[in-house]
Amino acid sequence: MTHSEDINPDTIYKTDALIAEDIDAYLETHQHKTMLRFITCGSVDDGKSTLIGRLLYDSKMIFEDQLASLEADSKKVGTQGQEIDFALLVDGLAAEREQGITIDVAYRFFATEKRKFIVADTPGHEQYTRNMVTGASTADLAIILIDARQGILTQTRRHSYLAHLIGIKHLVVAVNKMDLVDYDEAVYDQIIADYTAFAEEIGIKAFTPMPISGLAGDNITSKSAHTPWYDGPVLVEHLENVEVMATANQANPLRMTVQWVNRPNLDFRGFSGQIASGIVKPGDHIRVLPSGKTSTVKRIVTMDGDLDQAVAGQSVTLMLTEEIDCSRGDVIAAADIPPQVADQFESTIVWMDEAELLPGRSYWMKIGAQFVSTTVQSPKYQVNVNNMEQLAAKTLDLNGIGVAEISTDRPIIFEPYEENRDLGGFILIDKITNATVAAGMLHFCLRRSQNVHWQDVDIDRAAHALQKRQEPRVVWFTGLSGSGKSTIANMVEKRLHALGKHSFLLDGDNVRHGLNKDLGFTDADRVENIRRIAEVAKLMADAGLIVLTAFISPFRAERQLVRSMLPDDEFIEIFVDTPLSVAEERDVKGLYKKARAGELKNFTGIDSDYEVPDNPELRIDTTKMSPEEAAEIIVDKIVGSWSYTI
Amino acid sequence: MQHPVTTTPLTHLQRLESEAIHIMREVAAEAENPVMLYSVGKDSAVMLHLAKKAFYPSPPPFPLLHVDTTWKFQEMYKMRAKAAKDAGMELLIHQNPEAKERGINPFDHGSLHTDMWKTQGLKQALDEHGFDAAFGGARRDEEKSRAKERIFSFRSANHRWDPKNQRPELWKLYNMQKSKGESIRVFPLSNWTELDIWQYIHLENIEIVPLYLSAPRPTVERDGILLMVDDDRFQFEEGEEPVERSIRFRTLGCYPLTGAVESTATTLPQIIQEMLLTTTSERQGRAIDHDQAASMEKKKQEGYF
Repeated sequence: MTHSEDINPDTIYKTDALIAEDIDAYLETHQHKTMLRFITCGSVDDGKSTLIGRLLYDSKMIFEDQLASLEADSKKVGTQGQEIDFALLVDGLAAEREQGITIDVAYRFFATEKRKFIVADTPGHEQYTRNMVTGASTADLAIILIDARQGILTQTRRHSYLAHLIGIKHLVVAVNKMDLVDYDEAVYDQIIADYTAFAEEIGIKAFTPMPISGLAGDNITSKSAHTPWYDGPVLVEHLENVEVMATANQANPLRMTVQWVNRPNLDFRGFSGQIASGIVKPGDHIRVLPSGKTSTVKRIVTMDGDLDQAVAGQSVTLMLTEEIDCSRGDVIAAADIPPQVADQFESTIVWMDEAELLPGRSYWMKIGAQFVSTTVQSPKYQVNVNNMEQLAAKTLDLNGIGVAEISTDRPIIFEPYEENRDLGGFILIDKITNATVAAGMLHFCLRRSQNVHWQDVDIDRAAHALQKRQEPRVVWFTGLSGSGKSTIANMVEKRLHALGKHSFLLDGDNVRHGLNKDLGFTDADRVENIRRIAEVAKLMADAGLIVLTAFISPFRAERQLVRSMLPDDEFIEIFVDTPLSVAEERDVKGLYKKARAGELKNFTGIDSDYEVPDNPELRIDTTKMSPEEAAEIIVDKIVGSWSYTI
Repeated sequence: MQHPVTTTPLTHLQRLESEAIHIMREVAAEAENPVMLYSVGKDSAVMLHLAKKAFYPSPPPFPLLHVDTTWKFQEMYKMRAKAAKDAGMELLIHQNPEAKERGINPFDHGSLHTDMWKTQGLKQALDEHGFDAAFGGARRDEEKSRAKERIFSFRSANHRWDPKNQRPELWKLYNMQKSKGESIRVFPLSNWTELDIWQYIHLENIEIVPLYLSAPRPTVERDGILLMVDDDRFQFEEGEEPVERSIRFRTLGCYPLTGAVESTATTLPQIIQEMLLTTTSERQGRAIDHDQAASMEKKKQEGYF
């Protein structure tokens, strides 16, 4: 073992003497350390744990009691004979994996003379995409580890692609285990040549290559005598010197998302947030988005006194000279270079949930402090992370990455992710389970959302309705198959007709055979089915009609979507509540029998879920009342909700 | 207007401070009823200081909660009252009534003491007030199992931590959506190390319990651990007598469960110096970790902080 003879950590970790002799001088130095966050990419076989263990060990982040147990463990279960197995320092995770605990990212800390480091360590092969994207989202730099004996592997490409996707500017390509190829320059050169070709292919503009051995300590903290042919930086030196993202962001125009409005009394109104980019000083001219109103920075308030300036990365409270409207989610920006506001985008989406993406479904979106409803179109394509091939896709599964158009229910303030992570990176949240189901990156807004303005029409929806002497409503019947939706809806329509009211009934028969004949019964198709019906119902309501719809519409999220598309009070949700056993016994169309026999797949109530409405406007218990009685109650509800009498 | 671009890198402490403030403001904006758990220790002191900074000139918009065991050091009780008053915050103190009634104590009841006073006590207090988000001062560097803990950690309605059901944390985007009854533990100091904490206390001149500084104090050595005789409830074993030693504490908890170190460090720089030159990790002083193997993981699942 070529162990430790050429490691000279003292050049970088020359702390001990200073600590003992002059602690005040030591503290003074260490107050001025900067911080770098990085991620290590590679599997256990590439020596990732060994490298991290080595960095922790060399920086003396390991205490004697930990070291004693490390030495004992190394002898017991280590793979390095009597030597210390650095990998054991970070591999507490294997045991946890056996216990079935999900580990996405473990964070570890070490420091040198110049910097504090936070390492995101993402173990495991399964879930790798999700884990690595999570760890990389806060990283300034990525170390791509390549085993010198293996060269570039599929996973090297995958790691590089993901690091590039997340926009990590600094890539270190560390050819590891050089000791096992006799520090052969030719082997190293070949790997770097191969990598250069690959990097160009996927658009990586720059990277820093280096030959190392995590185990033997070559080119980690000091130049290795074994690689005289290498004249680049050693790893720790490089980590100490690259520019961190937050610092680079200071050169961009000012952007600060308002997190919280600070209002202790009537005389003080401050806007609190973390500066995403740029520099701010009192007197600076700013613009508040989305209102577009301008003002001037009066004070930068902190507990330690007002500041003369604040920079990207700092959390501050700004006071403005003019009282202008500004609340959580708004962005304070340089007045003459504001960010864009739009509601349709092209984005890359990384799916992170067991339940697949349902195109057309409405999800929560969090971007900065903005919280909106959003829908995702079917992906234009999915990316195979192993070879970067673009594949056709209708949806995205767990760990799937795709490019898709998304639209938000109101305009949001954004910048392309490539320019600003804080205003371009978002997460999607399932509205029912509350799980974080995806991470996404906005690339650009679609021209049509900027330029297509609504055509002002002279005959508006009020005029349409007035002519019909009624108020438009969408009466949405939901319930199991055979619960009686169509029967009751039909009776309601007859009564409305008799009252001289204008209505239209949308049901499976007139929709499934025409507008939606291309859709099946998978969850994704059901969502799209309801979305189209909702759009049609909305247009008919704009025309002044009372629209009755009779569809199972099993998911709360879609029913909620329709509700959100209409003005308050125009949506009436009617839960036709018939227990499964009763509906199945009735089985008017013989469908339950088929479903039980396995001839019909995805049948609601049998092998597909029905989500019961939380707060429907009306609940009709068909075991307690006849369809006629139900129809009467519903008509009363519709007519009774109008602001004028018939 | 474009400024001439001369960038000034933030120091690591400035970035850690800014991150913690950002987290606290997110919680204040999105949680319905947040609370800050305050244990009177050095991490709590830093967390409280950051909360004051985050909302200045307003007082932090949430109360402090101390889950008391009645067995803390006397000096901690003094500090507790003063810190809350200085911050202008409401201080809630919860003592598990059942533990009180049964006279649960660290001398006679071993790990039941921690379970009843702290784990159960915390659940009771959170339920009683209906808090949906609670700040805690835990750090990832404290212990191996914490390295993978999220900053926002979700608990079911009965306070269980489900390690299989935690949310990925991307960028600075924290998903605080939750169902009724569920709550979130938030750890704004996740990325701080012990050294960062001490440096920050030094730099910001944050007041801490004097027990962190060395002084002559009455002690008993038991099973290799130095215990301080803090009041007359201390149960001496046969042959034990209090001996005055110059000691200080690296962590503070219930005094009969907290090991002291012999030391001459009477100033903050000296503490940091000792810490940097010392060779045992922080948690060794806490008897709680030695109870069972993998004990932290288990306690966390049961709802211990």
